[in-house]
Amino acid sequence: MPVNSAVRPSMRRGVMTAAMAAITVLSSGAYARDLVVALKTEPTSMDPQYHALTPNIQLSQTLFDGLVCADADLAIKPCLAESWTASGKSWTFKLRPNVKFSDGSPLTAADVVFTLDRVAKVPNSPSSFKVYLQKVEKVEAVDPLTVRITTSEPYPLLAINMVGLPIMSAKAAAGPAAEGKTTTELNSGSGLVGAGPYRFVSWKRGSEIIFERNPHYWGPAPAWDKVIYRPISNPAARVAALLAGDVDLVEDPPTDDLERLQKDPKLTVETKASNRVIYVALDQNGDKTPGIEGTNGKNPLLDKRVREALSLAIDRQALVARIMGGVGTPAAQLLPYPMFGASKSLVTPAKVNTDKAKALLKDAGYPNGFTMVLGSPNGRYINDSKVAQTLASMWTRVGVKTTIDSNAPAVFFKNRDAHAYSAYMAGWGTSTGEMSNTLNSLLVTPNKEKGQGTTNRSRYSNPEMDKLVAESANQMDDAQRAATLAKASEVAMADFAMLPIHFEHSVWAMKKGISFKGRADQQTMVQYATVVK
Amino acid sequence: MLAFIIRRLLQALLVMAVMSGLVFVGLYVVGDPVSMMASPEATELERDAIRANFGLDKPLLEQYAIFMSHAVRFDFGKSFLTGQSAMGLILERMPATLELAVVAMTLAGLVGVPLGIWAGLRPDALSTRGIMTGSVLGFSLPNFWVGLMLIMVFAVYLGWVPASGRGKTVMLGPLDLSVLTLDGWSRLILPACTIAMAKAALIIRVTRAATREALPMDYIKFARAKGLAWSRILRVHLLKNILIPIVTVFGLEFGQVVAFAVVTETIFAWPGMGKLLLDSIITLDRPVVVAYLILIVFFLVMLNLVTDILYSVLDPRVRLQAAKA
Repeated sequence: MPVNSAVRPSMRRGVMTAAMAAITVLSSGAYARDLVVALKTEPTSMDPQYHALTPNIQLSQTLFDGLVCADADLAIKPCLAESWTASGKSWTFKLRPNVKFSDGSPLTAADVVFTLDRVAKVPNSPSSFKVYLQKVEKVEAVDPLTVRITTSEPYPLLAINMVGLPIMSAKAAAGPAAEGKTTTELNSGSGLVGAGPYRFVSWKRGSEIIFERNPHYWGPAPAWDKVIYRPISNPAARVAALLAGDVDLVEDPPTDDLERLQKDPKLTVETKASNRVIYVALDQNGDKTPGIEGTNGKNPLLDKRVREALSLAIDRQALVARIMGGVGTPAAQLLPYPMFGASKSLVTPAKVNTDKAKALLKDAGYPNGFTMVLGSPNGRYINDSKVAQTLASMWTRVGVKTTIDSNAPAVFFKNRDAHAYSAYMAGWGTSTGEMSNTLNSLLVTPNKEKGQGTTNRSRYSNPEMDKLVAESANQMDDAQRAATLAKASEVAMADFAMLPIHFEHSVWAMKKGISFKGRADQQTMVQYATVVK
Repeated sequence: MLAFIIRRLLQALLVMAVMSGLVFVGLYVVGDPVSMMASPEATELERDAIRANFGLDKPLLEQYAIFMSHAVRFDFGKSFLTGQSAMGLILERMPATLELAVVAMTLAGLVGVPLGIWAGLRPDALSTRGIMTGSVLGFSLPNFWVGLMLIMVFAVYLGWVPASGRGKTVMLGPLDLSVLTLDGWSRLILPACTIAMAKAALIIRVTRAATREALPMDYIKFARAKGLAWSRILRVHLLKNILIPIVTVFGLEFGQVVAFAVVTETIFAWPGMGKLLLDSIITLDRPVVVAYLILIVFFLVMLNLVTDILYSVLDPRVRLQAAKA
């Protein structure tokens, strides 16, 4: 049954018709309404400040609301803060009055100060939330409902960053350790008190996580009495659990099964274009580059004509339709329009043109092409090594004889970081949904001290684009900043700095009778799941 | 006897030390844990900070020395990813795996031994051919395929049992067991059958061979000549004598199931140790992998020890000192 009985001990589990489902839903007022979700990956911790990782964030943002929240398309909206203003380096957040935590205690500015203060004190974090507080100098409670945050320089991204730092209850999370309640204590539920739509009940590692409705929630009443998460890492097993009726909603069913799931009258499939771009990075560091032969020792990728030829050789439409099973959108830049700072003029990529690609290669002095190795992870992104294989054959068609080197993610990332690839395929999910994050990480000239170009393994460097991105960093006017970033995106794409291939779609499958709204950041948040009326 | 046990334990220590060294080097060669842990947005400085925090910036030999100095005090470190004690994480998962292994091996034994004896007694019967063909299927079909088929038939089409997960558990002393509840059994039965199928196939073949070997022996002939009932000959004379190879296989296979039920645990989302090992290898969570393998080496050595002791119980002619190797 789609929406009732949390504990499912019953041995009988009859096949159910859509009509029966409808009856169950109509009469469900009398039953407890529970939702069972199959997760792809179990979170590593319940501490909302321990590990900045999607499986953790999607659950912590269900237990904890932030000052600011991001909607399904990653546009920001007021949440625990009713409104905010920024002037120069100072931001003032006005808290929503009468908000209560899940233990019934009131939310005040002191909780915000405690939360932001705690971030840097969490020990042994494998991936710290400090990234969201980079330019923050001071956080003060002006009065019980007003928080002032001072930054080291005008910093337009502060409001977006607050999405990543949901507010903890200072009273509940107080403790003798420097960080208050420790990560281990929070994992057991002790001090795990937020102002989100659901609250924590229990976590049995590897087996299940249980949340229940927060009776004190400030927003519209949450739809489910209880939410049970089951980690099922194997995709076929997730689908089987859905078909068997064990779970109501599954993350990321395999693309091969989509057609069947869509045809099943008992199921609904939700797809949502995500902020994750799959791209090919091309080594532009200098003449020495590994894996390329037949060029007399030159690095052909330094030539813009070669990069354009490689881009033109890719039939993105066909790739998305056939290899991705339709769960992708061809990409012409690194963040889909209309996300913040994406260019309006880069929505559809140029059509495949093998003749022009061949001509460009000839102009560049490679009439017979060359040979190249394309690195790719196997099992990190949707159908990743199949996509790489297809890219290789498309390039081979125009004369660039490409072989692929596809490895387990751990090995791939190690090789990539060691600059062992001239060309590699990878993905980037822009968690903040705005272009400065994308460009700063992937294309701005690498600079260790400034923390720029952290994932720019192609070592692309374009002073014009760098300048535009730097300019945007202090532009407090949103419209102006969006325009600057769009310009930067256009400059980079006109230079074929790297080749965007497609934006992945995220897919969820669920029983009929449940409506789930997908999010662009690929997170499964149960507050987006409701009963169909 | 005591000297024998002590020698075995010392061997175990040696194997554990060698194993931990191999795993250290192996995972070091595979990749950089920081690239798997850190958010892709983390700057180089933040990555360096993480590396320093976990001691990954030190030379490998020094890291290993630090690990060993803690390990001799039974401290196997904290998991990189979860920050929890590595051994704690494993022990938390252990009851689930042990339970699955015990149920699966019991099933395999209950099915395998009788069928094997039957096949050994009537080598040319049609039923024997059926059993032997079945056993070939049993160990040649891949585990994950059998698992998925069982799920498709019994969970999806017939809807008799749930497809995955572990059912309600009851605490029995320190062990968290699901065999004591109906819900637990409904979720345990499919993964247990998946494993039992392959193991039963093996046991059938071993039992059959041993039976055929024992049948022409003088003591059986003599027992028959004495006019003993078949059932008594089977129970007392035959079964007792063919137990040694069966116990050997049983011990080995039980160890295999406990240590490496990864595939079955993954397909059935069974929250056991194997799944933890797999996840930890993928994310390069070295403390968990090392602690796991050390525990498993210890376990396997103990299991072999128990098997060897069982030999001497079953067959007084076997002397433990002889089993030095």
